[in-house]
Amino acid sequence: MQEYFCRLADRLTSLLQGKEIYTCTFDAEESDFVRFNHSAVRQAGTVTQRSLSVNLIDGQRHTYGGISLSGDWEEDCAHLAALVTNLRGQLPYLPEDPHLLYATEVRSSEHTGENRLPEDTGAVVASILEAGRGRDLVGIYAAGGIHDGFANSFGQRNWFSSYSYNFDWSFYHQGDKAVKCAYAGLVWNPIEFAHKVATAAKQLAVLAQPARTIAPGRYRVYLAPAALADIVGLLSWGGFGLKDHRTKQTVLLKMTEEGARLHPSITIQENIADGVGTNFQEAGFIKPDRVTLIADGAFRDCLVSPRSAKEYDVPTNGASGGEMPDALDVASGMLPESEVLRQLDTGIYINNVWYLNYSDRTACRITGMTRFATLWVENGVIQAPLNVMRFDETLYRMLGENLAGLTAERELILDSSTYGGRSTASSRLPGAVVNDFTFTL
Amino acid sequence: MPTSQPRHERIVQRFHSIVPTVDFCSLRLVRTQSQYLSVRQNILQPVSTSDDEGAMVTVIDNGGLGYAATSDLSETGLRHAAEQARSWARRSAGRSVVDFSSVAFPRPSGAYASPVQLTWDSLPLADKIDLLRATSEQLKTDERIVDWEASLWHTDSETLFVTADGGQVQQNFSYLVPMMSATANAGTETQTRTFAGRGYCRQGGMELLDQCAFRDAAPQIAAEALELLLAPNCPTGTMDVLLAPDQMILQIHESIGHPLELDRILGDERNYAGTSFVTPDMFGTYRYGSELLNITFDPTRPEEFASYAFDDDGQPARREYLIREGVLVRGLGSTTSQARLGLPGVANARATSWNRPPIDRMANLNLEPGQSRFTDMIAAIERGVYMQTNVSWSIDDSRNKFQFGCEWGRLIENGQLTTVVKNPNYRGVSATFWRSLKMVGASETLEVLGSPYCGKGEPNQVIRVGHASPPCIFVNVEVFGGE
Repeated sequence: MQEYFCRLADRLTSLLQGKEIYTCTFDAEESDFVRFNHSAVRQAGTVTQRSLSVNLIDGQRHTYGGISLSGDWEEDCAHLAALVTNLRGQLPYLPEDPHLLYATEVRSSEHTGENRLPEDTGAVVASILEAGRGRDLVGIYAAGGIHDGFANSFGQRNWFSSYSYNFDWSFYHQGDKAVKCAYAGLVWNPIEFAHKVATAAKQLAVLAQPARTIAPGRYRVYLAPAALADIVGLLSWGGFGLKDHRTKQTVLLKMTEEGARLHPSITIQENIADGVGTNFQEAGFIKPDRVTLIADGAFRDCLVSPRSAKEYDVPTNGASGGEMPDALDVASGMLPESEVLRQLDTGIYINNVWYLNYSDRTACRITGMTRFATLWVENGVIQAPLNVMRFDETLYRMLGENLAGLTAERELILDSSTYGGRSTASSRLPGAVVNDFTFTL
Repeated sequence: MPTSQPRHERIVQRFHSIVPTVDFCSLRLVRTQSQYLSVRQNILQPVSTSDDEGAMVTVIDNGGLGYAATSDLSETGLRHAAEQARSWARRSAGRSVVDFSSVAFPRPSGAYASPVQLTWDSLPLADKIDLLRATSEQLKTDERIVDWEASLWHTDSETLFVTADGGQVQQNFSYLVPMMSATANAGTETQTRTFAGRGYCRQGGMELLDQCAFRDAAPQIAAEALELLLAPNCPTGTMDVLLAPDQMILQIHESIGHPLELDRILGDERNYAGTSFVTPDMFGTYRYGSELLNITFDPTRPEEFASYAFDDDGQPARREYLIREGVLVRGLGSTTSQARLGLPGVANARATSWNRPPIDRMANLNLEPGQSRFTDMIAAIERGVYMQTNVSWSIDDSRNKFQFGCEWGRLIENGQLTTVVKNPNYRGVSATFWRSLKMVGASETLEVLGSPYCGKGEPNQVIRVGHASPPCIFVNVEVFGGE
């Protein structure tokens, strides 16, 4: 695949005329997807896809075009030539772009993951079905190779490939009462999987208790890492990008305009070095190992795409066009995970939250729902599952004045999303105990 | 997009030459060509075009179902895909949620094309850029407008569905999404006003710009963004709300559309998109809303965003009532879901593209107009808020407890529209909210809108949906504003 991409890049170079240059990105995957419901197969199949996106540049004029690739050399070359001709035809009608910026220093790189996935996907499916025997298992198994490339006419070549699986599943008790689980990695280990299944089955027993309904109000809560990941992850949507900051649309406006702070224990980084995805972006810049977004509760740095860098006359830090984190990292705290229930005392243990959105962007107020194994705790002992509750709370209270502690242990969460293609985003977070967390409905 | 008839004929021939000996086999070819044009702060953003093509082969054999998607459309590529699909069908046989061999899939024949008067290419690229630049300049009316943008997103999509037993359907779609926004700021207050979100998305050509008054909208959008900067927060309390069509579409989508999807009721979506408070026994008897509530699944309205003649399983599509005079009568479920549940549904097996298998999607879901004039609706409210344009959406996994926010609100006091308010939000429970529907706008108040972004499925799919609705009044709703 890498060789094919490099040949295409070389062919692209040969198609240039005059002072034209290009940048291009390559995305491909061969993925097996097996969807389960009621411990049976709902949909099973394989998706093989490859695409190339080209930015053809002539001076300050440029235009993007993307094509799918068939894998047939002659056909793809013909398609590529047609694309370049089409893009070249557009250039005279386009004005010069004052915000165009691309890497000119050649920094090639290569990460080629070894394929250690099970040769027989059918055996994995069989073991999943076996785990669901006598239970209500629902979820998705996704596995295969993911390939990303970058090339430009200066000769830079970057390549990333990995072979991974992500089994994202739930055991349901009944109705909306379920335990949510994830098993993702590079090597499918039946013993590790069996351990996860056993743990989930044990948690499922708690959900068999009669569910409790609480009244709207303020409660002490524990946000497990997956729940905190959703809350902090929402900040990726308008929180950290330079463009959002300079146009006053950031949801962290109070931090930058009024000096509002989160709890001193909150430090958030874009931690590419410890992530599981690429360290290059679509204009050819290499991402730094780490960008500190929030340090000790105070806003520190933005994610700066090349385009924003040019627009606002600051250096880029290799962010992609969307200026969103790909490897979110929240620093750990001091609370041992084994102490969480004792620290929580009486309150709500929230394993997952759901459908978050801003209810007041300026105040960074976030609404969402509890979901999947949210439990009522009394005197440090889990009592019963909780019927779903809506929360509506600002980040400044949640991770500021009302934060009681972060766990010392953190969890690595691999993004299971598959929009367009399988994601290589990740996050690493602790859990958080929060006082006076507001539930509204 | 010109019809690729000779190319299609070649692919059909290839498909028929590689069909394995199985109970059922189909091929779904999709080619999608898009262009996105945007002018932000009077500067043309990078022009982006894309051309994506591939096919999915689906095999049913001995009760199992498998698929394989590929962009290699050669005979070798399709043969390989068919082998992969058959292999999955074999592996899932006897282990599937249903015996797929028992499901009666259609053998369709027909064609469909979006109604296009002025094609995207009828206006030269430079002219389209000029239009956006002129719109952008109209959005910058004040120093407090700190960001502004106008864009056009056009997509042509061509699909070919073929079954091994002789079925064949070709459908050509043309989509247009016009958009603009203005963001105003003063200190720590920032407010954004948009062109109905991306709600004015429809099938058709450039004539849509006139139908939705795109060329005239900018000054008002900028003025309302500035107006919101100075506006007080929406009050808190229980009161009536009058929801404009560009908020109604979200209300319909989240708290009627998704809960009525039969695959959610069957549990397929529980691990990701969720389940539903609706259970199979409710169909035919459950009072979903007041007697004024009439909801149709309508893929036949030509300009609506998700209109089609056949779904992605080849099922012929027709208009159906889902809720009639407030009573739930039918769900949103495709051939497979109907067979699994033993309930009637609609033709709504849809896939985002060639690389995703069809699942139950809501397509066009409309709230049928009532009898009320808009002025009479305002006059009927003693204390309430008129809300326009969705900006925040959240609902539980059973699609019951919701909380939605709008861009723009205006108080209604003693039958009169009065103060503009910012950050209008409301919350409620689907199962009771629709029963508080008190007035429904007449046909002249109905707007045809939609969304390019409806997420669902594992693997994930983001699909187009259409919604048409008049404004509606709901009584005794929990309303609140910002901090």
